[in-house]
Amino acid sequence: MQFFGSSEISPSPPVPTASGNNAHMMYVFNRNGVCLLYREWNRPLRTLDSNQDHKLMFGLLFSLKSLTAKMDPSSGDKGNLGVPQLPGQGCSFHSFRTNTYKLSFMESPSGIKIILVTHPKASDLRESLKYIYNLYVEYVVKNPLYTPGTPIKSELFNTTLDQYVRGLG
Amino acid sequence: MAAIYSLYIINKSGGLIFYKDYGLAGRMDTNDSLRLASLWHSMHAISQQLSPISGCSGIELLEADTFDLHCFQSLTGTKFFVVSEPGTQNMENLLKHIYELYTDYVLKNPFYEMEMPIRCELFDINLAQAIQKDRVAYLGR
Repeated sequence: MQFFGSSEISPSPPVPTASGNNAHMMYVFNRNGVCLLYREWNRPLRTLDSNQDHKLMFGLLFSLKSLTAKMDPSSGDKGNLGVPQLPGQGCSFHSFRTNTYKLSFMESPSGIKIILVTHPKASDLRESLKYIYNLYVEYVVKNPLYTPGTPIKSELFNTTLDQYVRGLG
Repeated sequence: MAAIYSLYIINKSGGLIFYKDYGLAGRMDTNDSLRLASLWHSMHAISQQLSPISGCSGIELLEADTFDLHCFQSLTGTKFFVVSEPGTQNMENLLKHIYELYTDYVLKNPFYEMEMPIRCELFDINLAQAIQKDRVAYLGR
């Protein structure tokens, strides 16, 4: 598990690989599974109401994490399947791809999960997620009016995020 | 080093019907492999629900820290997935080839019962050859 550099935002964000907005939506969860932020840019299909959708997404990530931790071929003893793991413990995953979308996932040491859903041909977005995490630290965590564990309502964070994600490949 | 760590085949209801291990970490416990297979089946289904665009057919590639998981689903709902080294190319073709072997040596076997565990000697032999060929191609690169 890596920690993310200094507290300052790196002066130049990772270079976007292509122009155009390919991002569909983004989720931020805290370690208790509370959805702190949900942004949507392009989502023609909606099968569930938003609360159910967030729960399903968190459940999918939780289960996929325990699946990868158990399947990890590099170590012998991996504990039991389904036992909750601390952030950074066990083998995790960073993305999966279907024929219609690609989901990139990052978990910080404090258990903040950032999920970005993009076009399936999007490149490796690990650096971009780290940059978004830095944005979160700068605009949300350092905001004295923000209570940890509550939904994010920072206008500044939203506009900066929109701007950055629009430029992503 | 092996390019492929393990191969799973699950039937349309999520039951594990074939599991083979090629890695060095040792064979997984039978109960665990069954659980992992049905867990994958459910995650595959949930990923279709969460798609922002219609026409999603489930996870094709899962990239973890220490492995890649490539999945291929046949039209009848049987899923084939291999766990390989990160960044291994050409797994789609290998999976399609394994599917061909499955149709030839398992489905055409008159003693095979549908959706039941695969115990066909010819399938085992040809699968071992296919994996060996893939490994040689991998080392030759």
